Amino acid sequence: MITFDAVTKRFPDGTVAVDDLTMEAPTGEITVLVGPSGCGKTTSLRMINRMIDASEGQILLDGVPVQSIDPPTLRRGIGYVIQQAGLFPHRKIVDNIATVPHLLGWDRKKARDRAMELLERVGLDPELAGRYPFQLSGGQQQRVGVARALAADPPVLLMDEPFSAVDPVVRTSLQEELLRLQDELNKTIVFVTHDIDEAIKLGDRVAVLRVGGRLAQLAAPKTLLSEPSDDFVREFLGHDRGIRRLQFVSTEGLRLRTDLTVRDAAGGSSEEPWRLVVDEQGGPVGWISWSRPDELEPFGSFLYGRDSMRSALDAALLSPSGCSVAVDDEGKVVGVATREALDEALAEAADG
Amino acid sequence: MGDGPPSLWEWIGRNWDTGRAGSIKDLLIDHLTMSLVPILFALIVALPLGLACVRWRWLYQPASGLMNIVYALPSLPVFMLLISVTGLSQTTVIIPLAFYGVAVLLPAVVGGLDSVPDHVRQSAVAMGFSPLRRLLAVELPIAVPVVLAGLRVVAVSSISLVSVGALIGQGGLGGLFTRAYQNPFMPPVIVGIVLIVLLALIADGLLVLAQRVLTPWVRVRKGVAS
Repeated sequence: MITFDAVTKRFPDGTVAVDDLTMEAPTGEITVLVGPSGCGKTTSLRMINRMIDASEGQILLDGVPVQSIDPPTLRRGIGYVIQQAGLFPHRKIVDNIATVPHLLGWDRKKARDRAMELLERVGLDPELAGRYPFQLSGGQQQRVGVARALAADPPVLLMDEPFSAVDPVVRTSLQEELLRLQDELNKTIVFVTHDIDEAIKLGDRVAVLRVGGRLAQLAAPKTLLSEPSDDFVREFLGHDRGIRRLQFVSTEGLRLRTDLTVRDAAGGSSEEPWRLVVDEQGGPVGWISWSRPDELEPFGSFLYGRDSMRSALDAALLSPSGCSVAVDDEGKVVGVATREALDEALAEAADG
Repeated sequence: MGDGPPSLWEWIGRNWDTGRAGSIKDLLIDHLTMSLVPILFALIVALPLGLACVRWRWLYQPASGLMNIVYALPSLPVFMLLISVTGLSQTTVIIPLAFYGVAVLLPAVVGGLDSVPDHVRQSAVAMGFSPLRRLLAVELPIAVPVVLAGLRVVAVSSISLVSVGALIGQGGLGGLFTRAYQNPFMPPVIVGIVLIVLLALIADGLLVLAQRVLTPWVRVRKGVAS
């Protein structure tokens, strides 16, 4: 656990970057520091590994003040991922990843094996090991950056806007990769970003900082969206707060109808305006209406119990039937969430 | 003048190694000494000086300003001045050349260290490099291409400038040119020019080779770009 205890950072020119910050980043969780530029989020992060020293207050790493640890030693025990990856251009990928093991004096073979293992772990082709950083794409470099930070298996990982210099598609895949890795590794991660969507997607807890380095709110993403503490946080969260909050509402309890699926256009009750045609394996094919029995209409589906209400609602809006198709892991139809069922669930979500 | 002047090859054959001072071979060795010593001196001085200028920025302007003034001094009066101290010796030629070398190398060293991207330096700090190890393992290797580019200029200009020393009787191969004043006989001039250019080309080639060996990451970059 990382503890900020009344930490203030005042620079020599008098500007206060961080003002009396008290918070905790719990072990095994992702704590995101988010805020506009000038809110002191990067300064806060860098005070943890003493790239910047606090002016007042102290930062504790599992109860030990970081000020009491020699900086190089402290830093070798903390993984660090920087915005442009910061790979060493003159070293091959495998040596880049093995940087901290080398510093710690591991033998070459062990450091190399560890680097190769991590290369695969972050989803890269082992063949890239012998390349130089400039030969990799921005996304690949960032993956190497993550692998390098993990090389000596540090319990703590600091990430300073690691994904903001890559394009949106790559960013999304890197974010998902990080969540997948975190599922396996359970590191204590402090993640800095200016992108509130990224904060909400990745954070177990999100700390919103305001300009001048004051903590505005620290809460789980869901709470942040439903109960912003003041106008600053509300404004920073931006539009669609309600819709975005639905991504934290599970589809598990969603009421499904199983009597709307048919094998062909002739089947099903004539009472129902829409019926869902499924194939032999039980996968959805399309919606069909009595008025146009020859034409299949598009459908939208979600993974029942796994995807959020946001996906379920999105799936409903993709189809003229207004219903959402619930499927299981194998793509078989589990049932259909009608507008009424979605309505009920939304009303429940709105109540909190 | 009974037989007429000897041909170029005859002249070379007769003067290559006469066993006396002033043979082509001797001049070649003198020339090498007087150009290589300043190059080494320049490297040995410019590296720590450049590091100091990067560490203490305020030092860079005065240091590079001073070196530029030194560089601007015409070599002949400098030779004259030094003769009173070091006499008509090789040292008199070596000293100004060494300072010229420093003047060219200093900005190269500073530029090379400045060429280390900030995010690379930051991440080296964050990985837990000690300052000395960061300098040796990260910053200097990344500075090598820029420093070597400066060193190539120093090497070639130093080899070429040694010949000016002929005016005080210490010009290495430049000595072959002064003879032409007294006697309009071309072979020594041709030999002098060819050997000096050849030396410069060889030195430059060796440095290019060193760069390829030391910085494979730069060479590969070119390969990919083309």
